[in-house]
Amino acid sequence: MSERLTEKLSILADAAKYDVSCSSSGSSRRNEDKGLGNAKGEGICHAYTEDGRCVSLLKILLTNHCIFDCAYCVSRKSNDIQRAAFTVQEVVDLTINFYRRNYIEGLFLSSGIFKNADYTMERLVRIAKKLRQEHNFNGYIHLKAIPGASEELLKEAGLYADRLSVNVEMPTEQSLKLLAPDKNRKDMIAPMKYLKGAIEENREEKKLFKKAPLFAPAGQSTQMVIGATPESDLQILWMANQFYEKMKLKRVYYSGYVPISNDNRLPAIGTPVPMIRENRLYQADWLLRFYGFKVEEIVNLENPLLDTDIDPKLSWALRNLHLFPLDINKADLSLIMRIPGIGVNSAKKIVAARKFNKLSWDNLKKFGIAVNRARNFVTCQSDHFSFKDWMPSQIKERILQSGASKYKPNFSPQLKLF
Amino acid sequence: MTAITYDGTFEGWLTVVFEVYEYKFGDVEICKKDRFQANVFNKHHESYFDQQKTTRVWKGLTQKISAPALSGLYQAFLSEEKGIENVLLRYVQHVFGSKQSIERDYSNAAVLTVVQTAKKVYREKHRMEAFVRFQLTADNLYYAICQPDFNVLPLIQKHFKDRYADQRWLIYDSSRNYGIYYNLSVVENVIVSFNEQTSKGKNIEVITDEKEELYQRLWQQYFSSVNIAARRNTKLHIQHMPKRYWKFLPEKQSF
Ligand code: SF4
Repeated sequence: MSERLTEKLSILADAAKYDVSCSSSGSSRRNEDKGLGNAKGEGICHAYTEDGRCVSLLKILLTNHCIFDCAYCVSRKSNDIQRAAFTVQEVVDLTINFYRRNYIEGLFLSSGIFKNADYTMERLVRIAKKLRQEHNFNGYIHLKAIPGASEELLKEAGLYADRLSVNVEMPTEQSLKLLAPDKNRKDMIAPMKYLKGAIEENREEKKLFKKAPLFAPAGQSTQMVIGATPESDLQILWMANQFYEKMKLKRVYYSGYVPISNDNRLPAIGTPVPMIRENRLYQADWLLRFYGFKVEEIVNLENPLLDTDIDPKLSWALRNLHLFPLDINKADLSLIMRIPGIGVNSAKKIVAARKFNKLSWDNLKKFGIAVNRARNFVTCQSDHFSFKDWMPSQIKERILQSGASKYKPNFSPQLKLF
Repeated sequence: MTAITYDGTFEGWLTVVFEVYEYKFGDVEICKKDRFQANVFNKHHESYFDQQKTTRVWKGLTQKISAPALSGLYQAFLSEEKGIENVLLRYVQHVFGSKQSIERDYSNAAVLTVVQTAKKVYREKHRMEAFVRFQLTADNLYYAICQPDFNVLPLIQKHFKDRYADQRWLIYDSSRNYGIYYNLSVVENVIVSFNEQTSKGKNIEVITDEKEELYQRLWQQYFSSVNIAARRNTKLHIQHMPKRYWKFLPEKQSF
């Protein structure tokens, strides 16, 4: 009995791991009347996988049986693999027992599609409902919204889940058609739209009646697979930007394609996972969400690809040298945040501290700022004015020389021969 | 130079601060009583905890700096780092010596050290909230043992109380030999006496619930299944989960 459970867990966790989202932040669910758990505030990473990703949720599929045949997915119908399915009670027990031991923040439940979308969605909803109602569980629940599921089920899902997500998987409709012929973009966009409306409505209602029930308090997110298809970073980031602006998504995740199939529509097995590109996309995504950058400042028709050897903020700065140097003791917060080597927190620290004293390089160093990087773009109270009229390429070279890029070894312009 | 000794508690240290003003000490060196080594060249003053003095200093501070800055002082104190009491004193003197709040005067050495130390302690608090692993004992107690770098149990108890409101739990700091225990209504500091059987609470297999081993095994299975071999990045893994924490993590043990 316990062996079978272990086996199921290994199959269904393995199949779920390509969904990169593991966030458990942003909910407002509190522990009321002495129940179990608390999903308020920042999520916690309870462990990290050997590839360095955060483990915050019990991320599993209810089943990896699937009637569809999406080429990029391990669970696709035509793939010859072991199949398994949890019972509703098994998922509930695993979640509660892991949670009580402080292994996890909650559950992220997805599933292959068995029978049809509604049949599958109904099972996912039933698990969430049981956790909330029978176990008074206030931990985090992320449910996958199955494309094509009915609005009634989505609505119910929103009442129990903290976050819902519909994965668009492919950055463009053409790629989706090519690789997931059973799916269509409309079935993905429709639930997103519905959820956007329902979430907004609920937030309004909450303003009027504090007691109104929560509806997906941590919002919705989506995921795109990167590197399986030929889209440029421009296409990917513009699409992400649309999701943020039009669908009000909380997060867009980028998942570097891990080759799992010999299908000739896809990169062959053994092709490296595009991890650097994925990392640059996340950096660009942060610039969109927290640094006040517009998407066209990061990628545009002249620069459709993110640089791989330097981060997108530095790339932007090098393309816009006419805006620099900035005076650290005077410039606006919004501009200081744009200086390479200075993050949001350091920028705030600078703006707060300069009210007391003019800041020097020494102060900046002690604040933990990447001075090597920043000094090419900044002046501050200092005798040795270190900003020089350099060309973008010289600055870039100087920064890379100082070893600030952890990817640099892979980009050595010299050819090493055996 | 006057050496001041005190009982080692935060409240006791606040009394010291009061007395520095009261007796107009100039240069001082504050030291926990049990770590004190007399030095013939110094004068020595022994400070005894005094509720009134402590309250007056605390009240004075609350009027001058914000609540987050106050908790920063406490967090920095819990670092137990050598000499931190003196840095904190300089911080407080800077507070009382200025008209406006100096909590963001990061170019002042004491302010920056306190902020940075508090941040380290806060990071450790966060790590303990992440890495504490409970084991269920046969009498329905969720028990965890840990060895945090800093004395963070006082900082994590609210988190665990809010989260595990319906289960009895005990988190034991085996470096500092005390624990916090939640009895379904309040959290208390406790000294635990272990019996021989469990080698000071480290091996409690003998007293765990029958399902405990199963869930530890399932968790290990889960942890190994979510790994993507094609993405291995050991450096990042260790950076996030430093090795010194591994001994209490079931997912890092091999069965
Ligand atoms: S529908 Fe989902 S589970 Fe099924 S093959 Fe497509 S991506 Fe995989």
